[in-house]
Amino acid sequence: MTGWYILSTLTFLPLVGALFILVIRGDDDVARRNMRATALSVTVINFLLSLLAWSSFDPAQSGFQLEDKVVWLGGLMTYHLGVDGISMPFVMLTAAIMPLCIIASWSVTKRVKEYMIAFLVLETLMIGVFCALDLVLFYLFFEGGLIPMFLIIGIWGGARRNYAAFKFFLYTLAGSVLMLLAVMAMYAHTGTTDIAEILSSKQFPAAMQTWLWLAFFASFAVKMPMWPVHTWLPDAHVEAPTAGSVVLAAILLKMGGYGFLRFSLPMFPVASEMFAPMVFVLSVVAIVYTSLVALMQEDMKKLIAYSSVAHMGFVTMGIFSLNKQGIDGAIFQMISHGFISGALFLCVGVVYDRIHTREIAAYGGLVNRMPAYAAVFLLFTMANVGLPGTSGFVGEFLTLTGAFKANTWVAFFATTGVILSAGYALWLYRRVVFGVLQKDSLKAIKDITPREAMTLVPLAAATLYFGVYPVPIMEAVSASVDNIIGQVQTGIAAHEAAIKAAMLSLGN
Amino acid sequence: MSNILATADATAALPEIFLAVAAMALLMLGVFTDRNRTDLVNTLSLAALAVTAALVIFTSDGGVARSFSDSFIVDGFARFMKMLVLFGSAVAIILSSNFLKTERLDKFEYPVLVLLATVGMMTMISANDLIALYMGLELQSLALYVVAAFNRDSARSSEAGLKYFVLGALSSGMLLYGASLIYGFSGSVAYADIARAATSGEVGLGLMFGLVFLIAGLAFKISAVPFHMWTPDVYEGSPTPVTAFFAAAPKVAAMAVFVRVMHDGFAGAVAEWRQVIVFISIASMVLGAFAAIGQDNIKRLLAYSSIGHMGYALVGLAAGTQSGVRGVAIYMAIYMAMTLGAFACVIYMRRRGTAVERISDLAGLARNDQVMAFVLAMLMLSLAGIPPLAGFFAKYFVFLAAIEANMYTLAVIGVLASVVSAFYYLRVVKVIYFDEPADEFDAAPFEVRLIAVAAGILALGMVLVLEQLNIAANAAAASLFL
Repeated sequence: MTGWYILSTLTFLPLVGALFILVIRGDDDVARRNMRATALSVTVINFLLSLLAWSSFDPAQSGFQLEDKVVWLGGLMTYHLGVDGISMPFVMLTAAIMPLCIIASWSVTKRVKEYMIAFLVLETLMIGVFCALDLVLFYLFFEGGLIPMFLIIGIWGGARRNYAAFKFFLYTLAGSVLMLLAVMAMYAHTGTTDIAEILSSKQFPAAMQTWLWLAFFASFAVKMPMWPVHTWLPDAHVEAPTAGSVVLAAILLKMGGYGFLRFSLPMFPVASEMFAPMVFVLSVVAIVYTSLVALMQEDMKKLIAYSSVAHMGFVTMGIFSLNKQGIDGAIFQMISHGFISGALFLCVGVVYDRIHTREIAAYGGLVNRMPAYAAVFLLFTMANVGLPGTSGFVGEFLTLTGAFKANTWVAFFATTGVILSAGYALWLYRRVVFGVLQKDSLKAIKDITPREAMTLVPLAAATLYFGVYPVPIMEAVSASVDNIIGQVQTGIAAHEAAIKAAMLSLGN
Repeated sequence: MSNILATADATAALPEIFLAVAAMALLMLGVFTDRNRTDLVNTLSLAALAVTAALVIFTSDGGVARSFSDSFIVDGFARFMKMLVLFGSAVAIILSSNFLKTERLDKFEYPVLVLLATVGMMTMISANDLIALYMGLELQSLALYVVAAFNRDSARSSEAGLKYFVLGALSSGMLLYGASLIYGFSGSVAYADIARAATSGEVGLGLMFGLVFLIAGLAFKISAVPFHMWTPDVYEGSPTPVTAFFAAAPKVAAMAVFVRVMHDGFAGAVAEWRQVIVFISIASMVLGAFAAIGQDNIKRLLAYSSIGHMGYALVGLAAGTQSGVRGVAIYMAIYMAMTLGAFACVIYMRRRGTAVERISDLAGLARNDQVMAFVLAMLMLSLAGIPPLAGFFAKYFVFLAAIEANMYTLAVIGVLASVVSAFYYLRVVKVIYFDEPADEFDAAPFEVRLIAVAAGILALGMVLVLEQLNIAANAAAASLFL
């Protein structure tokens, strides 16, 4: 519609960059520098393009915008990209995080070519997930992302990388194949796979909704990840290289929440309402249980991974409160968690690059040698806890408000999670940063370099900016969230009317 | 003579007749020239396959042609499958030329036997009655028994040939027994007449027995569970290019026969044969997934993989609809391309002049030979059905057909089996990319590399050509439902 395919460009530019890196010859220092520079410039250009897309995006509209559409396979699938208020922030997030990942990977020297290609291909697939407006196209991007991530964990990962890579791949695949069947069933029922068309004109019978909802839930719950299918995440996080962890925490986890908002709620409203109590229970368990588990971790990355699971619990809780505060808060929480958890993994990467261990016990007293690092780490720790003034607070507060409106007890138990998160996050900070610097291995440790500052400062700025002034995101999502809630309510109302009519006819 | 040909109207069978004559002429060329003419025979047989393919395309007007009093039919489905078979045979011959030379097996009989097997396969695909079917099947099988034992000085190859022969003869017997029962209870061997006798709801017990035996015989040829036992041993024992040939063209031909017999001969008894197909399909998918996990020989792994893939293709047949047949057609096309590419990679696995076959021999290939490592990894992921690679679309179309036919249980078991099978495909990728490098392989012959790379490009680029494949497969499927 815009005439120049901005979303297609955004999606496939990184792939073009990957092909470009593919033809760079040699593995000496010059070649490596060229590869890094290419990857960085491609991701930066992509970020600038995303800003351009943002500027031509009209937040007042609730429908899809900037659409590219080509009918494919005689109507069996369509190549249909487009964004609305729900997907636009995620596209921005992806485009913003990727350059930071490339900068954070500057010190990677092992198989640089494959590394940069894997990340660029991953960016294509991730942006594709958020832009896709066709069920099959969505699935292609959603599942395709497994391949580069599998390689990233497996090639550049830590000691137990094989186990982690397999677990990540097979868990996610097992959940997703059921979603694939649901996609096929939806096609068989409606005769189209176009998401926009299904959203605007098609409804599924209540009994079918239940099954479709469960099939999509299987996929998104694993991706999210929700308790009890979260166990792949700590392993994947711990073994992945720093940039891999950042992508995983900041973007890949958001696909589950995005999926709930894009598919489960508007397409299967009756089932969503029916299963909301189950999701509440799982979310609260995730918040409380994984926070407790996080308290006991001895590995920094594992601790942050469990804290991610807990924060995603807030997201699912907010989404299924089915009201505006809850859903707004869930989206905001996902974006904010993208900054904060990404930054926390970068912080772990900073010290890991120096000491080559992630064990909490190996650190202590870093503030004496690394004051700047201590300050940044403190900011993100506080944001992770949800301190007012940081973006973490806005998301948690809104999701809790939404949950409170839906079910007071859920909000009550979830709020204990906020306290627990303060417990594990502050305790981690104390053990790593404060105290006396006694260990010999830390005596010569250096503060953050300008390159590391380049990755952390933008995230810190975003965390503070959106913490004080969340309006840009709220404004962007508002119309689309209203739209979703409207769809849920009309869906439920239609279902109830149908039941009432059936009862009446029985009574007669 | 010309009179008989005129009354039989043999023009529809022109490609088969040409290929048969060419095979015999090449046999004479090999026998009556003194020097070793293998290279020449190889080249000429490739030319013969190309001419046959051209004949398949250009002798038809796009409609349906029949020959020999309706016992031989050429329709869109037959043309699609014949093109696949011809392509598979040609690639098998190309892959074999260097390998057999290094193993000192370069005898001119090999391409001739492949050509004869191809004639058999094409006859099977076009068979419109049970006798034509059996003729084609036996011509194909006899040629295959010989090529399985082609390395006659090797105990393993002889064992493979013998095993294949004994079990194959048994299955042919079952098929014949089934065919005779069908003839006895329906009064005809022609598919059209059988279809009239076997309409749903009134399929007699005798006809049912005949159908089951017929399915058993065909299941053996596509190596579906529980008639799969020969596959791993034959795959492992035969020379690798022969295995590549076995895994590709004959599977396509047998699956095509399967589809045609069921849809033309028993069109009115879908509910009856569907239960049998569903069973062998589920059994194949599950066994293919679980049994492959423990393999450390890549040829055995691919054998179990092919058992599993036949199970997936049968999902499309079990749907019993036009979209199911389209699924099978697309599945076989993609499966054949991926398998040939994978076997090209196996042929490439040679170290200091000897072929190696263990999966661990691939360790760290990504650092010794980036291109081949990437190609093999993509082929493995494609066989596992990971999007956006070709294998995903193959599975998509068959499962779509199953869902449209409301066969949810079959579909759920199928996709879960595919998750299990992803494990062993991933293991190969892991060995290639994550493990420390082993010694380098010898430089691969040009044509082996070319075929592997072409298959890899197809695996990645299927998205771009899917539209054309879908149109062709749709037309093929539609011709069975006229």
